[in-house]
Amino acid sequence: MRIDIRKTYKLYIGGAFPRSESGRTYEVTDAKSNFIANPAQASRKDLRDAVTAARGAFGGWSSATAFNRSQILYRIAEMMEARSEEFVEEIALLEGVSRVAAKKQVDQAIDAWVWYSGWCDKISTVAGSTNPISGPFYNFTVPESVGVVGVFPAQKSALLGLVQAIAPVIAGGNTAVVVASQKYPLCAVTLSEALATSDLPGGVVNILTGITSELAPWMGAHMDVDAIDATGLSKELDKEVRVSGADNLKRIHKFSSSDTPQRLLAFMEYKTVWHPIGI
Amino acid sequence: MLTKIGTFTRTIHGNPFSPLTFFRYNSIVQLVDGTDTSIRRFLKQLPGVDQVGAESRAAMLATRSIKTTSKKWAIDCAISMIDLTTLEGSDTDGKVRALCTKAVHPDPTDPSVPSVGAICVYNDKVATARKHLDAIGGQSIPVAAVSTAFPSGRASLEVKKQDTLDALNNGATEIDMVIDRGAFLSGDLVKVFSEIVYIKELCADRAHLKVILETGELVTLDNVRRASHLAMAAGADFIKTSTGKISPAATAPVVLVMLEAVRDWYAMTGIRIGVKPAGGIRTTKDAIKQLVLVRETAGEEWLTPKLFRIGASALLNDLLMQRMKLRNGNYAGPNYVTLD
Repeated sequence: MRIDIRKTYKLYIGGAFPRSESGRTYEVTDAKSNFIANPAQASRKDLRDAVTAARGAFGGWSSATAFNRSQILYRIAEMMEARSEEFVEEIALLEGVSRVAAKKQVDQAIDAWVWYSGWCDKISTVAGSTNPISGPFYNFTVPESVGVVGVFPAQKSALLGLVQAIAPVIAGGNTAVVVASQKYPLCAVTLSEALATSDLPGGVVNILTGITSELAPWMGAHMDVDAIDATGLSKELDKEVRVSGADNLKRIHKFSSSDTPQRLLAFMEYKTVWHPIGI
Repeated sequence: MLTKIGTFTRTIHGNPFSPLTFFRYNSIVQLVDGTDTSIRRFLKQLPGVDQVGAESRAAMLATRSIKTTSKKWAIDCAISMIDLTTLEGSDTDGKVRALCTKAVHPDPTDPSVPSVGAICVYNDKVATARKHLDAIGGQSIPVAAVSTAFPSGRASLEVKKQDTLDALNNGATEIDMVIDRGAFLSGDLVKVFSEIVYIKELCADRAHLKVILETGELVTLDNVRRASHLAMAAGADFIKTSTGKISPAATAPVVLVMLEAVRDWYAMTGIRIGVKPAGGIRTTKDAIKQLVLVRETAGEEWLTPKLFRIGASALLNDLLMQRMKLRNGNYAGPNYVTLD
């Protein structure tokens, strides 16, 4: 007879796994309303700390070569593959789907990492351009990362929606502060454990679990967040975030389709460079 | 109980030595006159520091929660106590002028933000700082110069004196000198004491003197207490933890012991000596912890820029961001404060 060793579901901030600064947790239940776990309930100060960590990691991550980012994203896929059993169990439990359906979701999520990994060093070739101009200059337009992105992944997907939201953000060289699905947060915590072991520098992805309606307004108003993926926000929260986000001109996007380079480009901005010919 | 009963000036080895301090200890009149015996006799009376106790007391005070109106007051108080510092080999006149502008109006978007306590620079930048401050309405902000072969203190007495004179002649009204830690650790207390006395004499009434103990090199809290009392007996107006060039710098237990030292000194002599933690204080939380330490150790009288300063550069931006948060209700970002 052995006592169960159960996992403590913690936050992921700056490469570390702290509990919430507030000490709070909330209850997560399975599809049949049976108790499963008490993940941390992040406070606005955890969000602030996560943004600080993301800002700190931005310089290094955005200036890493696209090839290097690509390798790291592929490595995340490898690490998820090794943990796929754990993901399958969590998805089956949370969403109340069969193990076969859960396995399919995990495979799709892992494939999404590989797909975005491939995009890292191709996006600027595909979306950038050499512009014809009448003058003795080379003229290039290249997409560049915007900065710190707040991510609210789809609420109704335990893993796939999460990966489809994070991967394009970091593939483009941004850093992310993710507020996981309120109802299905466990896969996000397990994903953070995969991220922590996959050469991804600490702070590039920060994952908070908690009450979305409590955290979203603070994300919207935070002056050091440059963009928001509002896919998982309700209509009311989306509106609130757009209003407060206007203060520092946040790019706020909501996506219905997945796995499209548009998701990458939504969090990049174009820079045009004029370079004199002959110098 | 030590009681100060007077000071006097006299000459030792042909050099003027002042002030020299008498103490009454259990009705025996004592004199710290710069001789080895007198210094040792004086320092020997100091009780040892309970290190575990000091650490736990400092940790306990650090848990105190300061919110809303108290936090607003604490932020403004901390801003007014900052010695805004740039001590880099790469300092330029331009950088010093930018820092002075920031010292006068830390947040250009909000005139209600108080000016900082002082500007702290190397002695060759003192004139630039003084001139620029006077030109932009910062006449009341003093310029502090680090002196005596800062940060190591490894130079001859003549060089140290000249270093200090340069700063004074350029308009410094505060001198941050370093003690000779090597001499202190090897027991040559006379050297440490006499250097402070000489520099104090140069400062006289032109500048007030902050003595940097560089506690990160003093190893024990007992040494911190001894060095604090030694500096005060030699005439320091302020005792300062660190140069900011080595780590650890202003840790909470060290600041606690130094605050206890100035409190005890006040009880002995009726003179209030200032304290300046410097190095490693980067966030608003750190700064507020320091203020709590001051209030609970030395007392409320020390919560003024005349008696408490915080040596920092990055701290000011964090204080300003926290202040914006209190004012606007949302978290500010580093894009809204200056890059230093």
